[in-house]
Amino acid sequence: MKKIQDIISSVDSSLKVEEQQYPTICVAPDKLRKLAEKLKENGYDVLMNLTGMDYQDCFGVIYHLASTQDKKAMVVVKVNTENRESLTIPTVSDIWESANLYEREAYDFFGIQFINHPDLRRLFLRQDWNGYPFRKDYDADPKLNPVPLVNQTVDAMEDVPTLRIDKDGKIITSHKPLFDKNEYVVNIGPQHPATHGVLHLRVSLDGEIINKVDPNFGYIHRGIEKMCESKTYPQILQLTERLDYLSGTINRHAFCLCVEKALGIEVPKRAQAVRVIFDELTRIASHLLGWGCMCMDMGSITAFIYGMRDREKIMDIFEETGGGRLMVGYNVIGGLANEVSPKFVDQVKAFIPHMRKMIKEYHTLFTNNPIAKGRMENIGFLTKETAASLGVTGPTGRASGWSCDVRKIEPYAGYDQIDFEEVLRTEGGTFDRYLIRLDEIEQSLRIIEQLINNLPEDGYKAEKVPAIIKLPEGEYYQRVENARGEFGVYINSKGDKSPYRVKFRSPCMTLISALDPLCRNEKIADLIMIGASLDYVIPCADR
Amino acid sequence: MITFGEIINNVHTALTGALPEWLAATIEYIIIGAGLLGLYCVLALILILLERKICARFQCRIGPNRVGPFGIFQSVADMIKILLKEIITINNVDNILFKTALFLAIAGSFCTFGALQFGDGLACVDFNVGVFYILAISSLGVVGILLAGWSSNNKYTLIGAMRSGAQLISYELSAGISIMTMVLLAGSLNISEIIAGQEKAWFIFQAPIPALIAFVIYLIAGHAETNRGPFDLPEAESELTAGYHTEYSGIQFGFFYLAEYLNMFIIAGVAATVFLGGWQPLQINAEWATGINEILAYIPTWLWFMGKTFALVLLSLWVRWSFPRLRIDQLLKLEWKVLMPISLVNLLLMAGWILIF
Repeated sequence: MKKIQDIISSVDSSLKVEEQQYPTICVAPDKLRKLAEKLKENGYDVLMNLTGMDYQDCFGVIYHLASTQDKKAMVVVKVNTENRESLTIPTVSDIWESANLYEREAYDFFGIQFINHPDLRRLFLRQDWNGYPFRKDYDADPKLNPVPLVNQTVDAMEDVPTLRIDKDGKIITSHKPLFDKNEYVVNIGPQHPATHGVLHLRVSLDGEIINKVDPNFGYIHRGIEKMCESKTYPQILQLTERLDYLSGTINRHAFCLCVEKALGIEVPKRAQAVRVIFDELTRIASHLLGWGCMCMDMGSITAFIYGMRDREKIMDIFEETGGGRLMVGYNVIGGLANEVSPKFVDQVKAFIPHMRKMIKEYHTLFTNNPIAKGRMENIGFLTKETAASLGVTGPTGRASGWSCDVRKIEPYAGYDQIDFEEVLRTEGGTFDRYLIRLDEIEQSLRIIEQLINNLPEDGYKAEKVPAIIKLPEGEYYQRVENARGEFGVYINSKGDKSPYRVKFRSPCMTLISALDPLCRNEKIADLIMIGASLDYVIPCADR
Repeated sequence: MITFGEIINNVHTALTGALPEWLAATIEYIIIGAGLLGLYCVLALILILLERKICARFQCRIGPNRVGPFGIFQSVADMIKILLKEIITINNVDNILFKTALFLAIAGSFCTFGALQFGDGLACVDFNVGVFYILAISSLGVVGILLAGWSSNNKYTLIGAMRSGAQLISYELSAGISIMTMVLLAGSLNISEIIAGQEKAWFIFQAPIPALIAFVIYLIAGHAETNRGPFDLPEAESELTAGYHTEYSGIQFGFFYLAEYLNMFIIAGVAATVFLGGWQPLQINAEWATGINEILAYIPTWLWFMGKTFALVLLSLWVRWSFPRLRIDQLLKLEWKVLMPISLVNLLLMAGWILIF
């Protein structure tokens, strides 16, 4: 790939690349589109993360761009508005599809107006919410947004606004309806057995055929990123586990890594190895649940119970060593909370052969079942290009042939010294997404096997961890591979006990955005199953 | 040994001796009706418990084990609970149809149940078109389901009802044709005669190839008619929450639940009657087996019927808890492109078989 300096100087000679953790480009809003198009042309086809910012004197947006060709390449683009009054930034949602939801989120929380965005509804909050809660001057007075005590319709959700700038520089809002009046719209969720959480899907049906899926987020939004701004770093750790509760340990690991990187703490080898074992066990547990839920959504409850049965063994290992089962709370800044339980090694060693045997059983029971195959084959194809454009990472992205495993791209916690394969498939169908999870369980077992046999003996926690953790001023970004895809932590610190801004790159939000392209012209029974094959977790998308 | 037939005859002579004929007949009808209703409910309780226990074993669980020893009173407790539950009235339903639907569903199932022969002389209705009656009256259930889905005024129930309508009407064809195949062999539509024709050997042994094909097709189609997995699309809980009975509560839901479980029993019962000799004991047609035959014949006939039926119910549970659910297009494809042609050819094969042998 071309050097970034070459790419951007063809846009504007005044643009400079700042060498930070990743090459960073600061650009004015009016040149953003041109730069974005050039970057996309030159291989930066993934918008990994989009962070809205309130710098107090102005607002800004930070784009983290990655590439499917050069996996290690990552570039950061920063756009700032001129002052707090001017809020307009051009949209990039036609260049990278994943920007669609990300920009809606930034609009919802900061009020940044993305010009020409096709669907600028608020993403998490109600359409009639007063104020933008992530602004530093937000007034949280409950009188401004009283809790409604009577039933209200979702009509406001169906009015899709788009902002345009006319010749005089004035902003015009145009509206269009989400569904035609004649469409048969079914609400799936927010309380529905198959949405794996409180997700609300508005599905337009033609008989059993799906015309359109419109996800409606925010039912479990807790404002975790905003809460982080008023908590100390060790306190934030507890919140990270509550994002994607099925990969809680991995999320917590990511935040620990980010803080450790900022403070320059060297984590002992033993702590790293145990962290990786915990991560991989979490991944297995999550994949087992994902597998089970997918089978259950196809009507095979027995398979679900089998998955839960084997997941229980992992939960027991967590409970023995970490104390918690779902929210283990074991990773702390600088290492681990305590030394592993004396039983830990034996438990893990006993689990590996058991799991290998069970995977064979799963294949006989379910994978090779003709009904199951008939249900999964030939539906819900996701091409590599769409996956990259939507930013769909993790097993779903890899099933489409996009090699996006952060453990290989940017190894952390000693993953570069472990021998394992990144499982890749090419078709991108529902059956591939099903198989890739079972294959990844085998790879995770391989990783655990290598580590558990020779755990280093150099202590479970770094010695030089300050009692009060204050991150030096600056920006820090850490990517890890959680069970659903790339999980990113962005911390902007002003040198205080609490961060100035924290943004979590959620893999699940992009997964949900893939529902609509995947489900069009499929049957309603497949919507449920395709959803299950994406394996999203709603608290991760809502945060 | 006193058989049920003798008891019934004694009661009949005693009643007609003491009372005028019309009064005796009325009392007999009431006794039979109450007896059937009781059997219907008890069987449902047994089936529900059985299913819960068996599926728990399939899934490495224990199942209900708190109410009574081994949880055998669990279904009784559930029944009391469901009777005490509030029936929620919904504002925007079509009230008359909404309430008629569940009676239609249960009436269809109950009327079919009445036509089964549970043992030697244990038959309530026995007339010359018994098989035809069973096929006809069991279709009443689909009307109930369609009405329930429509009158609930809910999008999920409507989709569930439409699926159910398509599914039941399609699968009734194969089920009907495979029973007709056996009627061809029996040469009668009368259930008593069909059973009597199997005294020497069950039909499935009399014409092994076509009868076996018909048996398998009937089991698949019958399974689909009961709306149970892998054919449980009308109430696919992951897609349609509960399908056509989403809006029903308390005992109204209980009626559908009861009908569903009893339909499973009825399908197994009809299969046992038509293919496996009904209440006829297993008889081996050979010199050396006379001793065995006598022992087998000593087992009460109602036990034979129940044994065969519960064996088929077990098979149905096994299938239900092993397989994932089909999709609607796959379901209809299976019926119209696979089962239907096979059963039609099989009907011809059976005709040829009867001509040759």
